[in-house]
Amino acid sequence: MMTNPAGIVTQGQFSFLPPLTDVQITAQLKYALNNDWSIGIEYTDDPHPRNTYWEMFGNPMFDLKDPAGILLEINNCRKTFPNHYIRVMAFSAVRGVESPTMSYIVNRPKKEPGFGVVRQEVDGRNIRYTIHSYATDKPEGERY
Amino acid sequence: MSKVNETIKEGKERYVAGVLPYKKMGYWQPDYVPKDTDLLAMFRLTPQAGLDPEEIAAAVAGESSTATWTVVWTDRLTACELYRAKAYRCELVPNTGEGTKTEAQYFAYIAYDLDLFEGGSIANLTASIIGNVFGMKAVKALRLEDMRIPVAYLKTFQGPATGVIVERERLDKFGRPLLGATTKPKLGLSGRNYGRVVYEALKGGLDFVKDDENINSQPFMHWRDRFLYVMEAVNKASAATGEVKGHYLNVTAGTMEEMYKRAEFAKQLGSIIIMIDLVIGYTAIQSMALWCRANDMILHLHRAGNSTYSRQKNHGMNFRVICKWMRMAGVDHIHAGTVVGKLEGDPMMIRGFYDTLLDTHTKPQLEKGLFFEQDWASLNKCLPVASGGIHAGQMHQLLTYLGDDVVLQFGGGTIGHPQGIQAGAVANRVALEVMVQARNEGRDIWNEGPQILLDAAKWCGPLRAAIDTWKDVSFNYESTDTADYVPVATGSN
Repeated sequence: MMTNPAGIVTQGQFSFLPPLTDVQITAQLKYALNNDWSIGIEYTDDPHPRNTYWEMFGNPMFDLKDPAGILLEINNCRKTFPNHYIRVMAFSAVRGVESPTMSYIVNRPKKEPGFGVVRQEVDGRNIRYTIHSYATDKPEGERY
Repeated sequence: MSKVNETIKEGKERYVAGVLPYKKMGYWQPDYVPKDTDLLAMFRLTPQAGLDPEEIAAAVAGESSTATWTVVWTDRLTACELYRAKAYRCELVPNTGEGTKTEAQYFAYIAYDLDLFEGGSIANLTASIIGNVFGMKAVKALRLEDMRIPVAYLKTFQGPATGVIVERERLDKFGRPLLGATTKPKLGLSGRNYGRVVYEALKGGLDFVKDDENINSQPFMHWRDRFLYVMEAVNKASAATGEVKGHYLNVTAGTMEEMYKRAEFAKQLGSIIIMIDLVIGYTAIQSMALWCRANDMILHLHRAGNSTYSRQKNHGMNFRVICKWMRMAGVDHIHAGTVVGKLEGDPMMIRGFYDTLLDTHTKPQLEKGLFFEQDWASLNKCLPVASGGIHAGQMHQLLTYLGDDVVLQFGGGTIGHPQGIQAGAVANRVALEVMVQARNEGRDIWNEGPQILLDAAKWCGPLRAAIDTWKDVSFNYESTDTADYVPVATGSN
């Protein structure tokens, strides 16, 4: 069990809010599309804070401008991976940005065991810290 | 009169020993068309009573480039016309002079050839531009308002070590302002107690905690102790939340050697960010920026000391110029005002600072105090930091004024929360997320903001408590540094 105030992994823009409804997700999709950003769906069962590359549920949807169609894809991903972390990302291709501009979690495992700190005591009072995800002790696909 | 002041052509007559008006020496050239490669500077002059403002503009141009008080024949050994800075425009500042409450001030525009400056050196640039002229007797007061840095010169600077885009990628945080807090009390906490504040704030939901500008290595807490306890707090909070967290470890010290030593220790402990104070000086800042680029470190700059010369409207330099120089010097974060908090700041002026730090290309916007067009030549963006007297109840105003690319720092607004530091952090994070969500949904957060916060407070007790505690706090004092032009004004030429 995670002991932070939210009790869950708090990556992304909206993890401190109650889970977003489909209507709320659609509103965020519209915001991204209005800004000319492309939307991608990504999932993982390794939510380590430095696990940058979640699996892509297909490429970013550069040519899909209909929020209803994107929501359909999000729900497909949820059906396929009901107990994974799923995030929606927006990507800007504008010069000077060319990077993600949004990222929010839309699905998460029922139980989130969280992370432990592994401390390696080295010279002097130095400590080398490793953040270890309890779930990743099991192989991919069997973690949650 | 204009005949009298005309530049004397190069030749024997020009170099007769003695004193000549600066205008006659070639420092006043109203017909000059600045080159794309020129550095441009705009000064606010308050001449001594009865003096010709154009002559004073020429004097500033002269004394910040080649001139001395008298004619010297050795000019004739050089391509002196190139090296002379040229005052090319001088005009009365709106709402000053006769019939107003303020004595006459003038905006003087001066062009400097690129060859007057050493590449990649803020120290050299500033030694010319602000080195000498601010003490001239002929000016009652003088203020450097803005500069246009040519692309050719910008390309000789590294720029921000990390930049906003890469910082967000490293932190894995997109589409919202970052949240921070300064550890309080500033002075007196032991390393162990200090780390407690850091842990609670980060675990509660902040992204960053920060050393204050004067936290270095004092008798109550030596720097190594602080670094060790803080990194324990950062890592523990990161594990507790699953997020990348950071603490700006202030490496400011008496010598470069000592600063490098502290920066190396921060790196060894796995810190993602270090911090310096503006008072260490331009050269030290550039050196630390190079170190940070080489060591994958984000560099936070606290603008300690700036108000001694940036606040008064008639003398010193505008903070937007510091912003430009610091983006060139290579810092990733700089404190640039809150609009609504306890420190000086007119909303439009502060937006001008933010644009200066974040734009890839700035257009002149007089109402924001941006006098020149500025191509930033792909220099990284520098993240503005809003810190000082802000709290969760102002979130709609902060997001409207400052946008997404900013670190909102709630020091007292986190640590002073009646239910504890974690609750303070929760209140700030919930207020932020709910406001970003509402803005993205197209709601009018400027007007609906207070209600949006009250609605969230129904399910978030810590936010309720924050609103109740600080609902009446605001800092409504008049700004000293305001625009000379109203938003409707068009170009002044």
